[in-house]
Amino acid sequence: MNLATFKMAWTFAKRELRGGLRGFRIFLACLALGVAAIAAVGTVRASIQAGLEANGASLLGGDAVVRFTYRFANDDERDWMASIATRVSETTDFRSMVVVERDTVERGLTQVQAVDDLYPLIGQTTLDPPMPLADAFAGTNTLPGGVMERALADRLGLSAGDTFKLGEQSFVLSAILLSYPDNSGGGFGLGPRSLVLLDDLATSGLLATGTLMETNYRLDLPENADLTVLEAQSETLFQDSGLRWRDARDGAPGVGRFVDRIGSFLILIGLSGLAVGGVGVSSAVRSYLSSKSGVIATLKTLGATRSTIFLTYFLQIGVLTLIGIALGVALGAAIPLAFAPIIEASLPIPADFTLHPAPLIEAAIYGLLAALIFTLWPLARTEDIKAATLFRDAFGAGSILPSAKYLVATAVLFAVLIGTAIAFSGTAFLTLWTAGGITFALALLVIAAAIARFTARRFRRFSRGRPALRFALGSIGARGGDTTSVVLSLGLGLAVLAAVGQIDGNLRGSIADELPDVAPSYFFVDIQPDQIDGFRARLDSDSQVSEYEAAPMLRGIITQINGMPARDFTDHWVIQGDRGITYSARPSDGTIITEGEWWSEDYAGPPLISFATEEGFEMGLKIGDTITTNILGRDITATIANFREVSFEDAGIGFIMSMNPAALQGAPHSWISTVYSSEEAETAILRDLASAYPNITAIRVRDAIDQVVALLGGISAATRYGALATLLTGFLVLIGAAAAGERARTYEASVLKTLGASRATILWSFALRSALLGLAAGLVALAAGIAGGWAVSTFIMDSDYTPIWGSAGAIILGGMIATMIAGLAFAWRPLAAKPARVLRSRE
Amino acid sequence: MTDALSLKNVSLSLSGNAGTVDILHDISLNVAQGETLGLVGPSGSGKSSLLMLMGGLETASAGTITALDTDITHLGEDNLARFRSDNMGVVFQSFHLIPTMTALENVATPLELAGVKDAFVRAEAELATVGLSHRSHHYPAQMSGGEQQRVALARASVTRPKLLLADEPTGNLDETNGAAIIDMLFGLSEKHGATLVMVTHSNELAARCDRTIRLRDGRIDSGRIDT
Repeated sequence: MNLATFKMAWTFAKRELRGGLRGFRIFLACLALGVAAIAAVGTVRASIQAGLEANGASLLGGDAVVRFTYRFANDDERDWMASIATRVSETTDFRSMVVVERDTVERGLTQVQAVDDLYPLIGQTTLDPPMPLADAFAGTNTLPGGVMERALADRLGLSAGDTFKLGEQSFVLSAILLSYPDNSGGGFGLGPRSLVLLDDLATSGLLATGTLMETNYRLDLPENADLTVLEAQSETLFQDSGLRWRDARDGAPGVGRFVDRIGSFLILIGLSGLAVGGVGVSSAVRSYLSSKSGVIATLKTLGATRSTIFLTYFLQIGVLTLIGIALGVALGAAIPLAFAPIIEASLPIPADFTLHPAPLIEAAIYGLLAALIFTLWPLARTEDIKAATLFRDAFGAGSILPSAKYLVATAVLFAVLIGTAIAFSGTAFLTLWTAGGITFALALLVIAAAIARFTARRFRRFSRGRPALRFALGSIGARGGDTTSVVLSLGLGLAVLAAVGQIDGNLRGSIADELPDVAPSYFFVDIQPDQIDGFRARLDSDSQVSEYEAAPMLRGIITQINGMPARDFTDHWVIQGDRGITYSARPSDGTIITEGEWWSEDYAGPPLISFATEEGFEMGLKIGDTITTNILGRDITATIANFREVSFEDAGIGFIMSMNPAALQGAPHSWISTVYSSEEAETAILRDLASAYPNITAIRVRDAIDQVVALLGGISAATRYGALATLLTGFLVLIGAAAAGERARTYEASVLKTLGASRATILWSFALRSALLGLAAGLVALAAGIAGGWAVSTFIMDSDYTPIWGSAGAIILGGMIATMIAGLAFAWRPLAAKPARVLRSRE
Repeated sequence: MTDALSLKNVSLSLSGNAGTVDILHDISLNVAQGETLGLVGPSGSGKSSLLMLMGGLETASAGTITALDTDITHLGEDNLARFRSDNMGVVFQSFHLIPTMTALENVATPLELAGVKDAFVRAEAELATVGLSHRSHHYPAQMSGGEQQRVALARASVTRPKLLLADEPTGNLDETNGAAIIDMLFGLSEKHGATLVMVTHSNELAARCDRTIRLRDGRIDSGRIDT
């Protein structure tokens, strides 16, 4: 190819484009919508990430945070923090019960943050009525003050000036807590937050040793402090002490990672939308080139070479692609900015909504690659059009596959697309699975379309005497018809929606229906060792308590396995973060020991440990291996004596590790308990136990389940929105297919009218055709959705799968309605056309 | 002999982007039952338009068209479709077979639309009369032009119409195939006693008709030609 060829092709392309963009509305809409969806998700993600980066210190509440679990810092640790920071603020977080004593006593679960007078080091709290936090803590002459979030105050009917108790300490509610700076958890916790002064809890009885608390030391560092050096220093000086370092470089790592992953996931769903849009783009190009076969044949007759022809149309489609991408990028950038105030208001974390070029470039690259992949084959066919086409309608005839060079080019482009998606998403695993899933689904849909065509042809014999049905089946079964593009365009979006419906329904079903049957009513935590006998006595005397379990609990981090650092031994989740550990003289009832033997009841030798079978197997542990655990700053090395089955599915007490009593009894600890009772007895149990032991915290399992269900609802809603965007693109493709088929339908209708068909018969045949195509797409989507739901339930959730027929029926009905709307919207012209004019125009 | 077709002062004007074009002016003619009539004239003289008006495929701007004692001028579209189903067969120059149907299905379609129970048996028999039994399960695209026109002929005659309208039925065919089609067309017309109106450019073909009408600029140019 030389410059002259290019110039000539460009001249031809410009002439052809003079006709305007009329025939390319669907092409542009499909491409623009696909690119816009990806650009919009990317912009929101970039805005949140920019917000997190800009507000790292504020999210953390300091330049750095040193965290301990279930203990305060010791003197060495305090000295080191004082030596590197200009100011150190100490806070403690734990769950407790807010108690309001009126005529009746009411209790509400809360996440208490007990702070010192330096809090907050960075950022500020907002209170209603507005006042400095110090004034709020000052309280009245007789009582210290506290603040709490509105959700909790409303639940307990509290307003400013009322009193409440935490443990045995009374407080006056000074104000409602509207916002606070160190909300890096994004607001997800088991209870709304209360803020009080740490000193005011001294007599509350809540902060006994062994309480399940988390202590944070927020550091205000000098300007020139090197965060990397300080982090390394903390690891060297306090290795295995349980000290955790975080700093403003990543103020909210959990939220950041979550946003990043959800963003990547939604962009990958966006790519499936682009794939569906690609089907529309491809059929629009095919239809355009089909209408140009006469022009192409004429150009060939006049001496145009194959490469001139290819380039002429490649340049035209290229110009249109750039227009589509520009539209998509503009739309994708503008939508998040337009909705910024609404999105910001619903986010628990800061976001910086401006133009972020990176996600727009990412979306444009995806759009360009998708357009190239989906237009190359139809463009390649222009080379095969012969001058003889002038004498017969031959576009679409001949070999199905283009020549080898185009096949290779398509494969290379596909590989580049996957590589780009991996590079942008940062997760090869998720990208490859998504790409594999989309490719598999598309292949399945192509096969399903072929089966639909075959079935339509086979079933035509049963349509004798029902001409409308036969016209419909004839159109569906026709070679080169739009069956494939309809099934493809609608099927993928419906399949994602069906899978989400099945997974979501099964998950909700197992949480809402099955779990409460086997789950306890309450978790009680922070029961002190001297309270456990009285606690047991109350439950033993209650006939409505069907069962309860109580176990001592300590928390510890596995630091070494067989004398080597645990992280070098395995990266299993068990060694990441702290785990609950218990002790027991004998195995609890029903324990299944799979290997080894339990220690004797009076065993007092070197520490022994019983480890969970499944986790032990995954970590590669065997009997006789040693596990070193750091518990409250002290290392305890125990030998694995046995493995036992541990189930987490019924929400009972399940400990990965249990030691012999002598190994742990001396360490400060508290007890936890699960209580199974009838729903009617729950209130009395809570009242009695909470009154007798104000320090213990009761977590109602039903409330916790509701919160998990709400969180899952949010994730499935995000996925559903993604699938709906794919469906919207699919619907556009449907409209494109219906518009492209309008001419053929008009011709069909004219011939049928000539043969004596009424408009009602013709309309009925169009409706049947659309409904049957929608049914085919819906059935395929349903099969894919049920397969996906079954796979996720069986292999990931390890639970039984039950098809959700309501969702399934809605998917099929939705598919039929969508195709009928698209199909019948373009039925008017064929029905209204005068047969004579249509038929003569074909003479 | 009663008239199969009667046109009185029929005119046709079509409006398009370029304005209104007068196609036919004040045409009056009668066609007797069983008669064969040839419509001839130069391109653009209005022959095909006149045929379309006779078939109710186009609506006259003025005048009255009576076919088989029914005034079809003001019949609604669906009534016209039913009338054609009961009484007419139309053959086009470009065949206009339904591409998604086999030859047999194409032929059976008008019978099915008319609610005939043994549509396919009769369609098979009709295909046999045009010599295409062996092609009954082939699609139009798999057949030659001559074969397609024979299928179209079978489709037009299978309902035993009283009126057969043919618009240049040999226009897309070679001489041999054209001659065969014409023989069949006249044969079917004669066998079933149908009235045949045929548009043609061929004087030779026109000469086989009982009568020929020549059109020029949308008007009748000459009257009866004795054959």
